[in-house]
Amino acid sequence: MGRERDVVQQPLALTAEELVAVNPYNPDILHELENYVNDQVSSQKYSLDANLCLLRFYQFEPERMSTQIVARILIKALMAMPAPDFSLCLFLIPERVQMEDQFKTLIVLSHYLETGRFRQFWDEAAKNRHIVEAVPGFEQAIQAYAVHVLSLTYQKVPRSVLAEAINIEGLSLDKFLEHQVANSGWILEKGHGRGQLIALPQNEFNHPELKKSTGDAIPLEHVTRIFPILG
Amino acid sequence: MASYDYDYDDAQVGYDESSATNRSSSAAGQDLRYDPNFVPDSVKSFVVHLYRYIREKNVYEIHQMYESSFQTLSERLFKDTPWPSVDAVAHYVDNDHVFCLLYREMWFRHLYARLSPTLKQRIDSWDNYCSLFQVVLHGVVNMQLPNQWLWDMVDEFVYQFQSFCQYRAKMKNKTEQEIALLRQYDQAWNVYGVLNFLEALVEKSMIIQILEHEKEGLEQFTATDGYDYKGGSNVLKVLGYFSMVGLLRVHCLLGDYSTGLKRLLPIDISQQGVYTIVIGSHITTIYHYGFANLMLRRYVDAIREFNKILLYIYKTKQYHQKSPQYEQILKKNEQMYALLAICLSLCPQVKLVEETVNSQLREKYGEKMIRMQRYDDEAFAIYDELFSYACPKFITPTAPNFDEPLVNYNQDAYRLQLKLFLYEVKQQQLLSGVRTFLKVYSTISLGKLANYMEVDESTLRTILMTYKHKTHAVDSDGKVISNADVDFYIDDDIIVVVESKPTKQYGDYFLRQIVKLEGVINDMDRIKLE
Repeated sequence: MGRERDVVQQPLALTAEELVAVNPYNPDILHELENYVNDQVSSQKYSLDANLCLLRFYQFEPERMSTQIVARILIKALMAMPAPDFSLCLFLIPERVQMEDQFKTLIVLSHYLETGRFRQFWDEAAKNRHIVEAVPGFEQAIQAYAVHVLSLTYQKVPRSVLAEAINIEGLSLDKFLEHQVANSGWILEKGHGRGQLIALPQNEFNHPELKKSTGDAIPLEHVTRIFPILG
Repeated sequence: MASYDYDYDDAQVGYDESSATNRSSSAAGQDLRYDPNFVPDSVKSFVVHLYRYIREKNVYEIHQMYESSFQTLSERLFKDTPWPSVDAVAHYVDNDHVFCLLYREMWFRHLYARLSPTLKQRIDSWDNYCSLFQVVLHGVVNMQLPNQWLWDMVDEFVYQFQSFCQYRAKMKNKTEQEIALLRQYDQAWNVYGVLNFLEALVEKSMIIQILEHEKEGLEQFTATDGYDYKGGSNVLKVLGYFSMVGLLRVHCLLGDYSTGLKRLLPIDISQQGVYTIVIGSHITTIYHYGFANLMLRRYVDAIREFNKILLYIYKTKQYHQKSPQYEQILKKNEQMYALLAICLSLCPQVKLVEETVNSQLREKYGEKMIRMQRYDDEAFAIYDELFSYACPKFITPTAPNFDEPLVNYNQDAYRLQLKLFLYEVKQQQLLSGVRTFLKVYSTISLGKLANYMEVDESTLRTILMTYKHKTHAVDSDGKVISNADVDFYIDDDIIVVVESKPTKQYGDYFLRQIVKLEGVINDMDRIKLE
């Protein structure tokens, strides 16, 4: 069993999540959860539930709050976009804490991502390297989010638009594209004399004809209602 | 029962601080002529009978006494005084420990509803809940109580917690004595204590497993309305069940929406259940479910459930006219229309809303909803107004630092949730403009649309991506769900608009008609022709 092997390899990881499941309202696990945040940062894992649980304890016992840990939770939440985790965390963080500079910066970064303004995002992130570089995988996670939004929006996206969104240019972008073509089904095309076009993989959002018609499907539970009559 | 209609009574004055002074002045004015030891004959008869019916496990009679006799007596004899003290009635009921705890629970509930509790009374009520829940959790209770009563216990427990937090957060007018009491009894209504009691009731009752077993046909719970027909006690099980709704509500009050929804998960709200038997529980469940989904940007889920319950209330409210909960039902009804107006302004999926509900909505908020589409300052003011009117009474669950100057912080939690909500609205402010154009074109070039919207092309691209991001929610499994009313895709620099065809649910329609026809045929069979 894979799970059991995981227990041996990463006792801390599973314990933290199990701890939350068993003790959602027991502040004795606060330190374990703080360690687990650091663990999520260093081993590129993520658990929203564990982090919300920790923020809950901070909300109940503000004197125990570590703003450094809160900042890490928020950065991890940004990396979880398009999920709304960042707002979910902010709902639990007192306003006076949100007024601190490092949090203001993160809120601005989140705002740019939420409104699709990737150029501003990357500019702002570059000005605050010390914050975001502390968390491994940050860039890649945001790039994945950018690709997600682009794939919802575009069938074919101009190279320049992609470059801006993922903040990769020139030779590095060629390499990135090469990788995506080989692994994710991207197709490079020639645009109308204005550079490259990239056909993104099809999904039901950029190719609506793929959308399954839900109109004619009836869930089994609904049909069971008439079983007594049919019998 | 009385608790529900006073549930949000502070909310009527909004977040106005005057409510604090109103309450404390009437607290001081608790009737001096009240003699806690005087037991009128009618009260004696009430406790004796209630005690007997509880011992006989006569749920029907208990329900009658609880729902109507208690109400009638309160109205007649205790309009503005508390009921006789528990010590004065104890010897009529063999000093039965559990009965006395139940009596005190009702005693406090009546006090909270009619008068205004002093700090000492708030603390005593907390103690009483601790004793009562401990008795239940230790499994020594063998009574059967009506669902309504069990719901009222959980509901009142959460209400008194919320009320205590609001009370404690208004520090400015506290007397020396009150502050001393607050410091001395710092465990009263402690947030961990509240959450752990609710959680313990869920755990100990095994309700989650029971509901799972029921799905597999191994056990009955919903089918018997939570009662045990073999004579076992329903108290722990049903308290555990309602505690899941209680947890949803507490988490919403704290701004922890996803945890709240998680606690509700074992209850399948797409079906009827024990939670729909008691109207107060039904409304509380859906109100908080919808609100949490609104805050999570899952507008379609919120719209669906608001629509269903608003239709239900519309059709059934006449039956509740005489109920003590009637006013509260109407109040929550209005609040949910306000929330529905917000949802539909952010996500105009009007086709999800049934015709009756829609026409009610237009009547109440039609004009405001048009103004909300403009996304100017006035529109934000309306979002603010509707949110403030309809949101839960958020709480700060912590005691103040008594060593620092004491200030009121009762609005902090509300202000934060409002601010973050309006922030979200602002992020979506340009989307309604895009919508308007997308509705009238089947294809349009980016350049042309940018021109119409008076923005440059790259800004338009960001607006279109925002539209996609905001209309596509991600569920807890990471699956992308479209909430979009109008959809589109971009091919290089051409926007292609996708017509959203409303998919008619014929299957469901036929299923319903089949059930209906069967009912009619059954009715006809039953008619005996002379």
